[in-house]
Amino acid sequence: MSTAGVNSQNGTGTGQTYANGPTQAPASLHQVPGIGSGMTHQPAYNPLQAKAPTPPGLYPYQPVPSFNSSPSAQPLLSSPLVGRPPSHTPPLSASPGPRLPHGHATPPPLAAAAAVSSSSYYPSSQHSMAPTWQFNTVPQLPGSVAPANVPFRGTVGNHVNPPASLPAATSSAPFSSTPPPLNNPQPPGPGIPPTSMHGYTQPGLAPSPGNFMSPHTYPHGRPGFGPPPTGPPPAMKPTPPPPGAPVTSATPPPPKADAHFGGAVNSLPHNEPIFQEGDIECPGALTGNGPHAPNNFNHVDNKMAGQTQPGPPNRHVGHYPSLPPGYQNTSHAGPPMHPPQPYTQPTQPYQQSLSGPGPAQLSPSLAAMSLQSSTPEALRVVNLLQERNLLPPTAVSAPTPCLPQDLQKINCNPEVFRSTLTSIPQSQSLLNKAKMPLGLLLHPFKDLSQLPVVTSSTIVRCRSCRTYINPFVSFLDQRRWKCNLCYRVNDVPEEFMYNPVSRSYGEPHKRPEVQNATIEFIAPSEYMLRPPQPAVYLFVLDVSHNAVETGYLTVFCQSLLENINALPGDSRTKVGFITFDSTIHFYNLQEGLSQPQMLIVSDIEEIFLPTPDSLLVNLNECKELVQDLLKSLPNLFLKTMETQSALGSALQAAFKLLSPTGGRMSVFQTQLPNLGMGALQSREDPNQRASAKDIQHLSPATDFYKKLALDCSGQQVAVDLFLLSAQYCDLASLGCISRYSAGSVYHYPSYHQQHNPAQVERFQKDLKRYLTRKIGFEAVMRIRCTKGLSIHTFHGNFFVRSTDLLSLPNVNPDAGFAVQMSIEENLDDMQVVSFQAALLYTSSKGERRIRVHTLCLPVVSSLSDIFAGADVQAITGLLACMAVDRSVTASLSDARDAMTNAVIDSLSSYRHSVLTIQQPGLLAPACLRLFPLYILALLKQRAFRTGTSTRLDDRVFAMYQLKYQPLAYSVLLIHPALYRVDDLTDEGALNISERTIPQPRLLQLSVEKLSREGAFLMDAGTVMYLWIGRNCHSNFLTQVLGVPSCSSVPENLYLLPELDTAESQRTRAFVGWLRDQRPFFPSLHIIKDESQLKPHFMQNMIEDRTESALSYYEFLLHLQQQISK
Amino acid sequence: MAFTFAAFCYMLALLLTAALIFFAIWHIIAFDELKTDYKNPIDQCNTLNPLVLPEYLIHFFFCVMFFCAAEWLTLFLNLPLLAYHVWRYMSRPVMSCPGLYDPTTIMNADILAYCQKEGWCKLAFYLLSFFYYLYGYVSVSEPPPARSQVQPEPFVLWTQTERKQFSFNFIPSSLTFVR
Repeated sequence: MSTAGVNSQNGTGTGQTYANGPTQAPASLHQVPGIGSGMTHQPAYNPLQAKAPTPPGLYPYQPVPSFNSSPSAQPLLSSPLVGRPPSHTPPLSASPGPRLPHGHATPPPLAAAAAVSSSSYYPSSQHSMAPTWQFNTVPQLPGSVAPANVPFRGTVGNHVNPPASLPAATSSAPFSSTPPPLNNPQPPGPGIPPTSMHGYTQPGLAPSPGNFMSPHTYPHGRPGFGPPPTGPPPAMKPTPPPPGAPVTSATPPPPKADAHFGGAVNSLPHNEPIFQEGDIECPGALTGNGPHAPNNFNHVDNKMAGQTQPGPPNRHVGHYPSLPPGYQNTSHAGPPMHPPQPYTQPTQPYQQSLSGPGPAQLSPSLAAMSLQSSTPEALRVVNLLQERNLLPPTAVSAPTPCLPQDLQKINCNPEVFRSTLTSIPQSQSLLNKAKMPLGLLLHPFKDLSQLPVVTSSTIVRCRSCRTYINPFVSFLDQRRWKCNLCYRVNDVPEEFMYNPVSRSYGEPHKRPEVQNATIEFIAPSEYMLRPPQPAVYLFVLDVSHNAVETGYLTVFCQSLLENINALPGDSRTKVGFITFDSTIHFYNLQEGLSQPQMLIVSDIEEIFLPTPDSLLVNLNECKELVQDLLKSLPNLFLKTMETQSALGSALQAAFKLLSPTGGRMSVFQTQLPNLGMGALQSREDPNQRASAKDIQHLSPATDFYKKLALDCSGQQVAVDLFLLSAQYCDLASLGCISRYSAGSVYHYPSYHQQHNPAQVERFQKDLKRYLTRKIGFEAVMRIRCTKGLSIHTFHGNFFVRSTDLLSLPNVNPDAGFAVQMSIEENLDDMQVVSFQAALLYTSSKGERRIRVHTLCLPVVSSLSDIFAGADVQAITGLLACMAVDRSVTASLSDARDAMTNAVIDSLSSYRHSVLTIQQPGLLAPACLRLFPLYILALLKQRAFRTGTSTRLDDRVFAMYQLKYQPLAYSVLLIHPALYRVDDLTDEGALNISERTIPQPRLLQLSVEKLSREGAFLMDAGTVMYLWIGRNCHSNFLTQVLGVPSCSSVPENLYLLPELDTAESQRTRAFVGWLRDQRPFFPSLHIIKDESQLKPHFMQNMIEDRTESALSYYEFLLHLQQQISK
Repeated sequence: MAFTFAAFCYMLALLLTAALIFFAIWHIIAFDELKTDYKNPIDQCNTLNPLVLPEYLIHFFFCVMFFCAAEWLTLFLNLPLLAYHVWRYMSRPVMSCPGLYDPTTIMNADILAYCQKEGWCKLAFYLLSFFYYLYGYVSVSEPPPARSQVQPEPFVLWTQTERKQFSFNFIPSSLTFVR
């Protein structure tokens, strides 16, 4: 019985599509072709044919559509070759069935395919292609295509009434054993459109598709790389694309360009606006973006130029002028630069780079291989020593895998699932040659605005590898599908034949499961080992003298009081409290008591629970007592003189309390635990903080916390640690409690109620988010990948229970994971590989749910394609995780060397294996042009820096963050963003829910970019600095900060005053927008030249030299030296 | 022919090596089980960790025996493994209980592969040394005629008489009665 209720969590977007399935008018299908209309059934990828889209073919710049060349396609099929001209013929035919009909009904889908080949399409499909049509033979009948479809759509709407559908059902009997009505007795009468009859009867007549399928099941024939067809249909429709015409579908642009256009046309939420990338990458002659680049540069840099000239704002500027002139764009056609004003003429660098190391200088082999006149943008050679302005104007976005467009369109969102190499190498030896890490970065429980949820009594999975059915499986025919991970052929269960979206029968490929790479199932009882647990929250609070001093207790109680009704949960939700100093205090909150009762256990060696059943109480029944307790708690310990802390025993008590149910334990600790079990000694020598020698004590001092965490993990208890302390707390040891129980760690160094209001605000905001965010209990996550790939190492907070299974007692929406992969068998015969992350968890409402993400990536066989698909941010993120591991197991200097070597190796591999024409300079492909910068940033990051005074706890916390923050957030930790904010304009601003958000350009992290006349905002992830220049425009000071002059800006200002001026609104909107993008709350510090925090600000100036670290240019020289060795 | 202390050492080592071979096989199987997901790493580590020290101690024990028996070549052959054991145990992760294996890191592919390789290498070593001890036992029990004369005394810890006494115990009782 397929209950098949499909709904969206937020009731918007796709969700509606499902809910309204039957009533949907064709018109509505236009908008969401990928989902609702099922225009792309992704059936199959023909492995053989798919060869074609490999590297060279991937970047078909030829305007001439090669789709219609069916004769030429056939040889292609047989030759398993790479380096082919883009042969799209066979692929097209693979999915014509489903596609064509809808194409007719809904113009947009056609745009991509039809624009190219609508004329040639039918003919080609008629002869050679016919066999590859897989199921849905209805529309495939060449003659009947159009007619069949039109009625089809019409009928969906009309035949909602059961009677009409009955005949259809009976006629389908030959194919399905049970008539659909029986299966779907759902109220509105899931009408089975008569057309489905067609569908069933035809296959018998038509040449049986089955025979042809077996070896090559992949359709691969997705038409070109044009934009997702969601755009305005009319514009796209004109079929024969004039060469070079802006109709992108005609001339498949390089992958990058694809992304731009895609973003522009259909404005998917995660796609960045067109201009941002256009600016950097577009110099690629193909996209004709000439105008962009100069404009942008003028926009910002000219201003900069004007301001920097009068006087170098800071001493650091001194470094650059001394640089060899080569660094300053000597290849430039313009007048030679003057050393004192190095970068004052950045107007044309891109154009320059275009004509400079353009296609002409590219290796001929590359050009030859791709059979195209130019190489993809990602491979454009960049001489890092010459090009200075490498940063894109706004945030760097993820590269798009070179997949056929309709696969790519349904591929998983890169924010959720991202690979370091968007083109997977064919073999481990090839991967070793590329010298880049292969891995995945996941953010599996991310808060999503649109998430299709499916309720079904049976969840369709592969019988051998247990993969969930996903958009990248291939349907051999209507009743069988082939797993894309293990290639086993499975049966399609009866109830999967019914499609709840369109309420039609016999279209398994249009089910939401097969249309969405991210989907959530409500799991039936087979997925439960025990009844779903209730939401249980236990708070373990430090109430020693030190803790009371910081005053965190008040903030905590206040926050919890405010959010007590917003705690995720249902009527079964339970809460409990434990406080501890040198003894453990329990609170009896049982219903019926007039006030909370405190029970003190002083035997911390043999901890026991005084009254096991009344310490954790139902929140709804005892809410008043809980509120009473929260109100009185801050005052209870005001006079305490107890300085010791028995954290270990408190944790054990809490574990005992939670172990029968599982749940979440939130631990607040303000000092080094020094009593009882798990007592720690201070290991930090403050004199060694700045030493350039190796940093000691990065690994735990005791395994007490780790063992306890493993016990917790076994009982489905997660421990979240809030560390608020000024002194050393040995986070390296304490953190294990969260790390192995899948908790999270929050660190508020120098927290104090009065002295550090910025931390207090951050704590408040973080706490609010922490208390109210979604939570999944007793979760496990399994990551499956196509046969031949295997998982090497996991990074993040969890316990690895088996080779591909993570045990996550709790999962929260802010947790990220990274996975290193290795290639165990050659992937020669595959065109694509898939990765599937399945997260099984219990929601706070007691539902067992499975969230499945599937990512599909192409396999390539040449080194240049691997480089073209490199995702520099993901690589950096993964390298950071690996370096953290290395610095704990080996040493910090080892890790630093390894990171430097990673750049050296990959760039020298690029130089020696991909480029054939050797030219001087430090060459990198455009997609890796930020790699040295990011690695340098990592070397100067708190986690890995040496020579700068860094507290051990801060360092360890930075390491934790690098490991468990999702990539989107950790990138800012590595390479902060710098904006000039005193001249914000509405030009190019975003408009989000009636707020105008200005978009200033991203600046390089160099003092050279600062000027005394400006104000600059540095966004470093968890903290933001607003630096006010000494001679800052009085306009900005008065309008935004509300002070008359720079000297009257107060010390320790951490709030932007709410002034009723346009400037103030813009600035606040921008800061607010930056904050909204992440789940934690970055505190804002407004600093001046003489502020205490200025060193922190200046330490983030990554491109400048410090006493102990190289400047960016020196680093590049070092790399070059190593590479040319 | 004399049943010397050296011969006794070889015989003892033979038996103990047989035990060590079982240890090695047990390790290999255990890690294979881990790799194929049959076992939970916590359980597996709990079963493996108690075996680590006994294995090392057994090996150490017969190394000491060979030292006492002045079997220098045999001792020399065993020294690398002895040193490796010492190094391995010194560089173990922070643990409160004896053992080497940490359930949180054991699933790391590198560590798992290392442990498996270590298991196979040890198995090979123990097998080879098993046959070597067998050979050593035979050759010590039946020394070539020249050997008894050539054998230098200074290195022998036991005097000739002692050695006889020692070997005496192992001579079948019937012989003593005859005497």
